[in-house]
Amino acid sequence: MSLWMIFKVAVLAIFRNKTRSLLTCLGIIFGIAAVIAVLAIGKGASAMMVAEISQMGNNLVMVFPERKQAGVVHQGLGGGQNMTAEDVIAIKNELSHLVQFASPQVNAFCQLMHQNKNWSTRVQGVSVDFPDIKNWTMKEGRFFNEQEERRASRVCVIGTSVASNLFGEEEPVGKTMRIKNMAFKVVGVLNSKGANNWGDDQDDTVMAPYTTVSRVLQGSAFKSINMMNLSLYDMDDLDEAKREITAILRQRHKLADYQDDDFETRDTTEIMNTIGSVTGLMTVLLTVVAAISLLVGGIGIMNIMLVSVTERIKEIGLRMAIGATPFMILTQFLLEALVLSAVGGVIGVAAGIGVAQAIGAMKHWPIVVEAGSAILAFGFSAFVGIFFGFYPAYRASKLNPIDCLRYE
Amino acid sequence: MAHLIEIRDMYKIYAQGDEPVHALDGVSVSIDEGEFVAIMGASGSGKSTMLNILGCLDTPTKGTYLLDGIEVAGRSRTELAHIRNEKLGFVFQNFNLLPRTSAIENVELPDLYLGRLGRRARRRRALELLRRVGLGGRGTHTPAQLSGGQQQRVAIARALMNKPPVLFADEPTGNLDTKSSIEIMNLFTELSRAGITIVMVTHEDDIAAYATRHLVMKDGHLVSDDKGAAK
Ligand SMILES: Nc1ncnc2c1ncn2[C@@H]1O[C@H](COP(=O)(O)OP(=O)(O)O)[C@@H](O)[C@H]1O
Ligand SMILES: [Mg+2]
Repeated sequence: MSLWMIFKVAVLAIFRNKTRSLLTCLGIIFGIAAVIAVLAIGKGASAMMVAEISQMGNNLVMVFPERKQAGVVHQGLGGGQNMTAEDVIAIKNELSHLVQFASPQVNAFCQLMHQNKNWSTRVQGVSVDFPDIKNWTMKEGRFFNEQEERRASRVCVIGTSVASNLFGEEEPVGKTMRIKNMAFKVVGVLNSKGANNWGDDQDDTVMAPYTTVSRVLQGSAFKSINMMNLSLYDMDDLDEAKREITAILRQRHKLADYQDDDFETRDTTEIMNTIGSVTGLMTVLLTVVAAISLLVGGIGIMNIMLVSVTERIKEIGLRMAIGATPFMILTQFLLEALVLSAVGGVIGVAAGIGVAQAIGAMKHWPIVVEAGSAILAFGFSAFVGIFFGFYPAYRASKLNPIDCLRYE
Repeated sequence: MAHLIEIRDMYKIYAQGDEPVHALDGVSVSIDEGEFVAIMGASGSGKSTMLNILGCLDTPTKGTYLLDGIEVAGRSRTELAHIRNEKLGFVFQNFNLLPRTSAIENVELPDLYLGRLGRRARRRRALELLRRVGLGGRGTHTPAQLSGGQQQRVAIARALMNKPPVLFADEPTGNLDTKSSIEIMNLFTELSRAGITIVMVTHEDDIAAYATRHLVMKDGHLVSDDKGAAK
């Protein structure tokens, strides 16, 4: 009997037992599809986070003032009052070989008004460098200029969400709006960035010169700023830049050797590392879930195969009685298992990618299918399918035909 | 003249439980070409054990077995499979057809393993055999769509597929009504007249009556042989 003949016998046996074949395939399909979908979505999500974080700013280094005062509850980043716009200017001047752009940031939560419409949002006081640091581009009009910054002019640019809430269909550029009841001229509208990772609407913002914001909106006696945003020429210089920034700020803040820094630097690599450990944990969790679904799929296959052992052993007994050799029996069952595993595997991979892409399209998540996870899932399910498909035949081939025929 | 089947001092001992069971306890017998033999005896006397060993489905604990001049004892499982495939046909009490498989495919099966005929010739022979057992129009029916007597006739057609010189049958009418039993026995008689050697186990006298020779077993021993008695 040729191998081709045995293959035909195997395919006939698969079709003879459509239900069992289908159930076996389903076990393999679900096992593989679950793993591939889960891992593709997980990998895609972490790829997206990394992409979004690097999109937060170009070679971004942030410096926050830190409130150091005995007996007072730590207010968190940006809560201190010891950092000024002069610090930013000093850093930009002294580190001009490292720092390309620098912008202080002063935040004020304000009531906005235009005609009869009201809106509340955060007004960011920044410098002209800010759009370059944070990748903001103009949809209409322009950003405010250096002269306006120097003179603390009452000009602002607005995000698309503010534009639609305050101006509706109207063209905002050139119009006057009121911030905390003071008239500001809108000089530009920012291009939309959408929501960030944390779900905040980045377009719900107003930007004005930091000079203006700290003078007229905060009305603060101190010229303290909430943070500074710096953009380095090259992220390779990060360590040097941080050292220099620390030295300059310590000197300017007149800190003695025994005193701690009264500021804190943050950069995107740091955030990336934090996110990396979070997504790493997520990947571990997802992998566990995937492994469990593989296991469940595998147990399903085992069940079906074991339940059919009696019938199959009788079939084996009959085949041997009419002249099948043990080798032919083993080959037939191995081929059956291989065909089922291969068909189930291919469908499973396709279904897994399909499900991942459907979910990705629904949630606007990117999908990353790794060959490794496909091979792993395929390999495991195929192993289970082949092992348990082959096992009864292997056992039966060691029996006398009559013991198979009498098997209960 | 050499016998077609010749066993000498055949033992089959099952070592299960406290006491070993001597299912065959030193049996010697020879069967010639063309004989129609009925093995008879009470339940548990060792009839099936004997038939299974003669049919190379089971191996004896001890003893020699010459089939068509070749020694069978001690052959590998693969060699035994080839012997069964080419020289022996089987009919079982419970038919043992492949479920959900058409009659014609069941009949073709032995030649799939032998590979002597091409696809077309195999189909033609299977159809011819089905006609010969009276099931000409039922080739596409699956076992579930056939009566017990019809299933047994498919099994007989299958047993004849590779033109074996010997046919073994263990209680072939055990699951059948009287009418079907008579039809099956008439078929056996016809095959016997055509020159096929038949060895059949039965405990029913009216079934055994179709045979030309009767072996009676008791507790693993051969206690009567009407051919030997005639000698
Ligand atoms: N696989 C087996 N294991 C143990 N004992 C067996 C086995 N097969 C048959 N026997 C025993 O061998 C004896 C003969 O059995 P068998 O040949 O089937 O009898 P019969 O066909 O005449 O009714 C019985 O006592 C039976 O219990
Ligand atoms: Mg019996």
